[in-house]
Amino acid sequence: MPNSPVATANHEAHDNPALLHHFASEQQQKDAASLGMWVFLATEIMFFGGMFCAYLVYRYWYFGDFGAGSQSLNVVLGGTNTAVLICSSLTVALAVRAAQLGKQTTVVVCLILTMLFGVVFLGIKGVEYHDKFVEHHVPGASFHFPGHIPSHPDIPINQQHAQIFFSLYFIMTGLHALHMIVGLGLFAVITYYAMRKRYGPHYCTPVEIAGLYWHFVDIIWIYLFPLLYLIDRHK
Amino acid sequence: MANNVDALYIFLLTVSALMTISIFTMIIFFAIRFRKRAGHQAEQIQGSHALEITWSVIPFCVFMVFFGWGALIYFKERKPPDNSAEVYTVAKQWMWKFEHMEGQREINELHVPVGRDVKMIMTSQDVIHSFYVPAFRIKQDVLPGRYTVAWFHPTKPGTYHLFCAEYCGTSHSGMVGSVVVMEPRDYEAWMGGGGNQPLAVTGERLFSELGCVTCHRSDTQGRGPNLVGLFNKPVLLEDGRTVTADENYIRESILQPAAKIVNGYKPIMPTFQGQISDEQLNALVAYVKSLGQQPTGQTGGRNMATATPKTQ
Amino acid sequence: MATAAVQSGERETYLNHQYGIKSWLLTVDHKRIALLYLMGITFFFFIGGFFALLIRLELLTPAGDLVQADTYNKLFTMHGQVMVFFFLIPAVPAVLGNFLIPIMIGAKDLAFPRINLLSWYLYMIGGVLMLYTIINGGVDTGWTFYTPLSTEFLNTHVITAGLAIFVAGFSSILTGLNFVVTTHRMRAPGMTWSRLPLFVWAHYATSIIQLLGTPVLAITLLLVVCERLFHLGIFNPALGGDPLLFQHLFWFYSHPAVYIMILPGMGIVSEIVCCFSRKRIFGYQAMALALLGIAVVGFLVWAHHMFVAGISLYAALIFSLLSYFVAVPSAIKVFNWTATMYNGSISYQTPMLYAFGFVGLFTIGGLTGLFLASLGIDVHVTDTYFVVAHFHYIMVGGMVMAYLGGMHFWWPKISGRMYPEGWGRLAALLVFVGFNLTFFPQFILGYMGMPRRYWDYSHSPEFQILNVLSTAGATILAVGYLLPMIYFLWSMRYGKPAPANPWNAAGLEWMVPSPPPTFNFDEEPVVTWEAYNYDEIKEEVPVAQ
Repeated sequence: MPNSPVATANHEAHDNPALLHHFASEQQQKDAASLGMWVFLATEIMFFGGMFCAYLVYRYWYFGDFGAGSQSLNVVLGGTNTAVLICSSLTVALAVRAAQLGKQTTVVVCLILTMLFGVVFLGIKGVEYHDKFVEHHVPGASFHFPGHIPSHPDIPINQQHAQIFFSLYFIMTGLHALHMIVGLGLFAVITYYAMRKRYGPHYCTPVEIAGLYWHFVDIIWIYLFPLLYLIDRHK
Repeated sequence: MANNVDALYIFLLTVSALMTISIFTMIIFFAIRFRKRAGHQAEQIQGSHALEITWSVIPFCVFMVFFGWGALIYFKERKPPDNSAEVYTVAKQWMWKFEHMEGQREINELHVPVGRDVKMIMTSQDVIHSFYVPAFRIKQDVLPGRYTVAWFHPTKPGTYHLFCAEYCGTSHSGMVGSVVVMEPRDYEAWMGGGGNQPLAVTGERLFSELGCVTCHRSDTQGRGPNLVGLFNKPVLLEDGRTVTADENYIRESILQPAAKIVNGYKPIMPTFQGQISDEQLNALVAYVKSLGQQPTGQTGGRNMATATPKTQ
Repeated sequence: MATAAVQSGERETYLNHQYGIKSWLLTVDHKRIALLYLMGITFFFFIGGFFALLIRLELLTPAGDLVQADTYNKLFTMHGQVMVFFFLIPAVPAVLGNFLIPIMIGAKDLAFPRINLLSWYLYMIGGVLMLYTIINGGVDTGWTFYTPLSTEFLNTHVITAGLAIFVAGFSSILTGLNFVVTTHRMRAPGMTWSRLPLFVWAHYATSIIQLLGTPVLAITLLLVVCERLFHLGIFNPALGGDPLLFQHLFWFYSHPAVYIMILPGMGIVSEIVCCFSRKRIFGYQAMALALLGIAVVGFLVWAHHMFVAGISLYAALIFSLLSYFVAVPSAIKVFNWTATMYNGSISYQTPMLYAFGFVGLFTIGGLTGLFLASLGIDVHVTDTYFVVAHFHYIMVGGMVMAYLGGMHFWWPKISGRMYPEGWGRLAALLVFVGFNLTFFPQFILGYMGMPRRYWDYSHSPEFQILNVLSTAGATILAVGYLLPMIYFLWSMRYGKPAPANPWNAAGLEWMVPSPPPTFNFDEEPVVTWEAYNYDEIKEEVPVAQ
């Protein structure tokens, strides 16, 4: 990858205030930020990957109990959340495009919409968590998950195995929600600067890389949703 | 088999020593022969593909010998011979509890006769431990919730250290004992003292007391599968899988019956998790294993007296 | 912009650029951040070393008569945790890597200077959590945190220890992220990948491991913390979980972690060997590929820590085979370093003494790894002192010696002063002798059957004599480590001022003054020469004595 053309190292040559001091050119700064975010997302894949691995192992071993746990989740709310997140990815993509084209109002509107969708997601998640709490599906002393395995009316649900399902459910969706909250915080800051018309064709990297992060959070959910909510639904 | 391990060790030691001495010698020699001195210029050498390939391929081939030989030993070490005498072991913080098939129970000391294969069927009551007898060159972690297996073939009478080799808390270094290998006559004498109930007989009693016998009849009329001749046979499950009915299968069937339902049967077996101790579980497993085996005297099951003696 | 230095008429360097504690705590200069790290890792090195000393004192006698069993268990646990997570993993990358990589590639700083500072703060927060754990009674899970012992059966500060390492892990991830992006995007014109010093290649490979491996440790520790807090059953067989799942997840990181620890040291050794042999490295391409090869294959061998843990026979075979694969690039490196010395012009300054030590001891450590990779032998020696000796040969005989060698080599650049060469050589010798005396007897102890993590071995008094030798070595080693602490500090005030290139070494870092100015270069360099161009470097100044 060839290096960008050299601007001399004198700081006076940097007349774009957004250009940080140690970079030789705007292109280099942009490339670095972009690569940085992709690399960071790779680490996030590994982070969630550990949990997916635990999930896969127990899903294989405790097939029926996981199916039962999955069916007790509210697929309507989960599905709505999936739609909400996908819409938010659309609005963030529109925000990035608007920033690239210098459409200041559109940027702000799209970012605010994105954050709204995010908040809706978290709200629905909160409702789901509340339901789980009320139904005694939260792992711990009051855990109680009666019933039988899907398609096997004579096999009772193993409480320990079901607790493992719900432990993984809460930890995976909880970490996902945490990442969303961080994302909302990021967007809040970026929206603030967008209102000050900081972004445009000359400088829209923060919007782009925040958008990348948000798309990643969305993709994680797109894996979580079927794995957690849609097991054995055909039964 | 310990001899095989030592033989491999000495081979590795020899190769490593040769390698170490060569490298050290070369470095020292180069350091002196090519030291900085007036009139001598360093020679800029880019590299050599031929050398790189040579000193990649040759070590790799040697490594494959290390791997293959080690694998062969490991194969044998992981597969106890059939007709080994069995000892059930329950490890707990911080002691070793042994139960012979004849019923003798021991704590921290294990008596065995010389010249017979011994198979340890082990589980832990709490955390992970590890059964380590350095003199026999064997080691196997002992896990809670399942059986792991180790075996050995003592060839020399004597008393040998037994160590716990997986850190298990405060008295990990106190979880030591010994394996006492005796001449067969001494072993018979030791075993004879004390009217112990053979393990499989204890299991038979439990099998009846806990109600297993009501469903697991020795005919085809039972609500549960006939267990006679079950051990180590393949079992077709209702989801289509086939598994082997080893010790872990029997154990799991008692503690988590819903995990594997035998084809053609209903999942009505209750669980005994939390209702029986590890020792009782061992007795039940020993009993089920003994069902349908060739009668070997009154005790049934694989005990030291009847395990095929092996000559050195 | 008038800096403090310019006002007083001195040459501006990163040290006198600004004074005051705020200018250090809020710095984004990679060189200052490196020094901030240096303070932290030195502090933790001595804490971990102190624990080691207590362990060795206890093991002088078979009976457990110095400390109680629980205390001993805490000592070996925290020795491991502190040394691994707060010294070995950050030391070379965060101190020497941070300081040197931008300069070596011709950049003014790393790609993300503020993230660099954040890395340091995360390290310090993790360190504070670790100190809190230690002061409040410690943790005794073993550095490996095996379940269900760590989740159900201990009452010590497992959660704070886990969180400390979790936070420090993010420091490591961000450092790796910075290095990867810097290497890709910040190289000066002409500094192509094939002209990079192997030190940079080594850190690049290390960073890949840090980025892909550490997150798995993070999630694993998080799961352990949740398991303890909420009494979940993910790793507890009594609640339907699997203790082996923990081990797989843990070792998936912790095996590559050992390559995080050693690869930067290998990078250092390449630089030193070339300089003090006055030669380019033998087989540059092979060396770079070997670094990458170790990083990649290192991710495929983790279950060789689990051969007796209860994994299947076939899994064991595969992992044993792969473990032999990963040994090949390491062997290549040893041969290449040796070949680099051939027909060189070798001098014996302190850095080179450490490099000699590294190559020799890493060879022994690596060879004993072959023993452990062999299934038949591993069954006997795993969980014994043989393993302890093996990894200390690599970590201490290898990595710590490389670190010390690197500190001596680049000390003039970092501080602008020369260290006293005579004392340097003495310390190197003490370290070498002390190290071997400490750890060689442990190979024998392991084969004899002495298990690890044993507070009391009074049932086996035959182990004592080797333990006494080992402890004797440890005291010599301790002196060897204390000496550089003292004379480096001494040199900051009284050492001879260092020229830009006291060793007549190749590399961009030797073309800037000692110590470097804040922005490293007055003008962005344009590189037209290959790495290790010792054929072009004249020795006008005799190599520093």
